[in-house]
Amino acid sequence: MNINMTLIGQTIAFAIFVWFCIKYVWPPISTALHERQKRIADGLDAASRASRDLELAQEQAAQTLRESKEQASQILEQANKRSAQIVEEAREQARAEGERLVAGARAEIDQEINRAKEELRAQVASLAIVGAERVLEASIDEQAHRKLLDKLAAEL
Amino acid sequence: MAAGNEVTATYYIQHHLQNLTFGRHPENGWSFAHSSAEASEMGFWAIHVDTMGWSIAMGLLFIWLFRKAGRMATTGVPGGLQNAVEMVIEFIEGLVRSAFHGKNPIIAPLALTLFVWILLMNTLKIIPVDYFPQLFARLGVEYMKIVPTTDVNATLGMALGVFCLIIYYSLKVKGVGGFAKELSLTPFNHWLLIPFNLLLEVIGLLVKPFSLAMRLFGNMFAGEVIFILIALLPFWAIWLLDVPWAIFHILVVTLQAFIFTVLTVVYLSAAHEHH
Repeated sequence: MNINMTLIGQTIAFAIFVWFCIKYVWPPISTALHERQKRIADGLDAASRASRDLELAQEQAAQTLRESKEQASQILEQANKRSAQIVEEAREQARAEGERLVAGARAEIDQEINRAKEELRAQVASLAIVGAERVLEASIDEQAHRKLLDKLAAEL
Repeated sequence: MAAGNEVTATYYIQHHLQNLTFGRHPENGWSFAHSSAEASEMGFWAIHVDTMGWSIAMGLLFIWLFRKAGRMATTGVPGGLQNAVEMVIEFIEGLVRSAFHGKNPIIAPLALTLFVWILLMNTLKIIPVDYFPQLFARLGVEYMKIVPTTDVNATLGMALGVFCLIIYYSLKVKGVGGFAKELSLTPFNHWLLIPFNLLLEVIGLLVKPFSLAMRLFGNMFAGEVIFILIALLPFWAIWLLDVPWAIFHILVVTLQAFIFTVLTVVYLSAAHEHH
């Protein structure tokens, strides 16, 4: 077992073989490995993107919910205000109407009173004359005393 | 060619095909064999130290590499080693899924171990045939055959391991009765043909590990012999044949590891099947 040129020959062959592997065997393997790496990286990227999107969407949903809640409460408040206003208005109207009715009634009453007074006044003169006639048992010159009696009636 | 040259060539080939044997020699007792004749005189009670050493070394290399990849494993984008290891595991997983029809968590790791281990052992063949023998000769070790799969002891050892698993799972899945029935009543389901069936099935069963071992050993050993013969050429001509042969062996090395693994999985799958 002694070292000779065979060893050199084998080394040459081995070197060529290694060169061949580097040149033709390794690249496809390396490409496959890199592709796999890239595929995984892409997958992870997509996943993280998706989770980010989800987060964003959730945030947006929460935002929308908050806004709509706010809006709803606003609308509710407005409605409440409006209803209060309507009630107030109705009350006002009712009060005005009542007052109007009272005023009308009062006017009517006044009118009635006046008419009654007029009637009374009209009758009082003749009643007074009748009364006086009865008292005096004599006829009084109606013509003469009319003026006086009218004046008296007017004073009533 | 002079006669002396031929003797050297024969010696060279024989020397390269001789394992480093430690055993009980009838005269020298427990010792390393100093020649092929001494090694064969040791008979059964001998051990190929180089085969053991290199196969264990390759096994440890496999464990170390994959354990390293496993410990560094991230759920993110895998780095170089993890990426390569994952690729091999995915490949084996796909293989087991397509070839194994039972349910057994042992099969995929077993297939992975067999594949990578045999691949590593076979790959040692790519190293020029004189490198390690020369190196070890400097260190005072006479013989050094570094490719364990060119030793029938290694391949038959692995195949016997597989055979034990076949028997174990056949008994476990089918039961003793079921297994006996399978051996005695197939392929001809008639009681008169039981001896014939038994003969056929037992031979079929025994052939499985034997064919596994012989296929791997034969391919590797033949390849090794050719490498050694090529090394006998004049030094300037060696690369002419050595390089194509080595390139061809990239294929052989992978293919033989693959075939051993696939057949193991298929045999174990058959052991899991009910009839």
